[in-house]
Amino acid sequence: MLEKGLLDKGSIEGQVADDLMKKALKTKELWINMGPQHPSTHGVLRLILALEGERIVDSEVVIGYLHRGMEKLAESLTYPQFLPYTDRLDYISSNAMNFGYVLAMEKLMGLEVPERAQYIRVMMAELTRISSHLVWLATHALDIGAMTVFLYCFRDREAILDLFEMVCGARLITSYFRIGGVANDLPEGFIEQARDFCKIFPKKAKDYDDLILKNRMWLSRTVNVANISGEEGLNLGLSGPSIRGSGVYWDIRKDEPYSGYDKLDWEIAVEPGCDVYARYLVRLKEMRESCKIVKQCLDILEKMEGPVMAKVPKVIKPPEGEVYACVEAPKGELGFYIVSDGSTKPYRLKIRAPSFANLISLPTMIKGHLVADVIAAIGSIDIVLGEVDR
Amino acid sequence: MVQELALVIIKMIVVFSLALLVVAYLTYLERKIIGHMQLRLGPMRVGPHGLLQPIADGLKLFVKEDIVPLEANKWTFYFAPILTLVMSLVLLAVIPFSRNFMVTRLNIGVLYILSLASVGPMGILLAGWASGSKYPILGGLRSAAQMFSYEIFLGFSIIGVLMISGSLDLVKIVEAQSKMWNIVYQPVAFVIYVIAALGELNRIPFDLPEAENELVAGFHTEYSGFKFAYFFLAEYANMIIVSCMAVILFLGGWKGPVLPGIIWFLIKMCAFFYYFIWVRGTFPRYRYDQFMRIGWKIMLPVVLANIVVTGVVMMLA
Repeated sequence: MLEKGLLDKGSIEGQVADDLMKKALKTKELWINMGPQHPSTHGVLRLILALEGERIVDSEVVIGYLHRGMEKLAESLTYPQFLPYTDRLDYISSNAMNFGYVLAMEKLMGLEVPERAQYIRVMMAELTRISSHLVWLATHALDIGAMTVFLYCFRDREAILDLFEMVCGARLITSYFRIGGVANDLPEGFIEQARDFCKIFPKKAKDYDDLILKNRMWLSRTVNVANISGEEGLNLGLSGPSIRGSGVYWDIRKDEPYSGYDKLDWEIAVEPGCDVYARYLVRLKEMRESCKIVKQCLDILEKMEGPVMAKVPKVIKPPEGEVYACVEAPKGELGFYIVSDGSTKPYRLKIRAPSFANLISLPTMIKGHLVADVIAAIGSIDIVLGEVDR
Repeated sequence: MVQELALVIIKMIVVFSLALLVVAYLTYLERKIIGHMQLRLGPMRVGPHGLLQPIADGLKLFVKEDIVPLEANKWTFYFAPILTLVMSLVLLAVIPFSRNFMVTRLNIGVLYILSLASVGPMGILLAGWASGSKYPILGGLRSAAQMFSYEIFLGFSIIGVLMISGSLDLVKIVEAQSKMWNIVYQPVAFVIYVIAALGELNRIPFDLPEAENELVAGFHTEYSGFKFAYFFLAEYANMIIVSCMAVILFLGGWKGPVLPGIIWFLIKMCAFFYYFIWVRGTFPRYRYDQFMRIGWKIMLPVVLANIVVTGVVMMLA
């Protein structure tokens, strides 16, 4: 197998595999190809692992199987036309993706967003965070073998998707945000239903805790596995819950507050453990904090009247210039860097996708661990391939 | 003579066909129970409440294309699943389902089961090697280490029972429990047996040889169609054997009030199935090295101590 080559030689990944193989021929490691069709690489991630027995001595992440050329596509689309594409970045938290893009656009155009729209956005973004973390918990637990958690989480995510459906008709790929506001106001009955969800959710969250939080098997699979120190993580560009699991007190919602996060009462979830378990705890706490934020937003929105769209010209033509804006997406720092030449289409658009940046620290995390730990590590940095490959 | 032979053959046919049917419906039961544990319905489409699902599944596997990978060692590849299935089915021959209902009574029944059961993992090991692919090799290696070592604990946990009943004959072991079930005298051995059984059966939390999230499907990654069905059937047949052994060794076999013996036997056996399914619905999976550590560093000393204590108590009593 080794001599024949895992890949065709011409491509970049072929060269990568080639280099790795040259190293391999001197030793007696077993090279195994994990993915892109593997049950727990979360989509089309591919890892080339060098194993000594079951211990990993080297690894290489190969990406690009879901590459759609989004950044290039943006150059041939008008600004509003690109918005639905952002949904397809991290498709399980599309609202947060919209959020990053519209914030960048508003910063570029100097738009003032109505307060009501801002709170709706925050609420939707936090609901999205909960649903994204639920999917993460579900798949992470499934990867480690706890099958029941998976179905519990998906049941509860359903309630959030119903809320999304009420607001904009779509459940997954919502495209609800607009440059300058949101597409439409909250429908009747939304606030009550959202309240119900916030009331039930903490109880449901306790169910998941009962199943795995103190489970000895869960602990032995996650504690002291795939460690990464805060400093190392920062150097590798790790962000979001993954870096907060290494004790780094950094959350864009607090550090560079946007859209009124500074007016709400909530805490950053930080754990000093540096391991898979710490990242797990961080996300669990984040779900509860998000629930708190949603509740506050609901209270504010109930009393508040007003428009949900700013006055935006029919044809969006931002002034010449460049801008970078970032939000705390469920996976980490999501940034949009937009260069405008004054026309209706962006001159260049670069997306700083959190999953992509987080994935880089995977080889550091798994070195010296066992094959089973790779699965735990992938789960713990919570990647979505739509965002990695773009 | 001819009559006796005919009787044995009829018994064999009844036991094995029943066993295969039970095995098929065991998969149904598992899917149904675990479905309800997980807020879903399980199979519902084929037949009322999905009752014909196992048959549909069997048919599907039967008509599937028989794929042999290019790199595979063809004959070993074919031989491995047959070996595994045969080795688990022949064990049924000595299981006494009631005082009179068994294929054959062997005075070394326990020994027969332990020794033939340890041939089964050879099939898995061979399957891993013969597939000529990397994930099956890893799965095969894991299972070799896992099943061979857990057989040791399984064997040791039985020794206490054998000391008490003073026989290797399964019928005599049950008869020795007329007054009190062995589980009362041997609770530690029972716990060890139950844990080791999970390891022996490759089930969660010890389903490492086929940990689907790590090794795709482990040793049977390359298997499809009826060859895969062989492994599948063998796995569930092993579940029956392990449950039967637990019932016979610890829970008084067919003994029980009012109802006929065979019914009692089946009730106790089903309780065990349920336990296996329940565990699967609840626990995550251990890591390979942790699993071996539990075996050699915790279970082995405990089970050895259990034998010593049993011996000392028997000497004093």
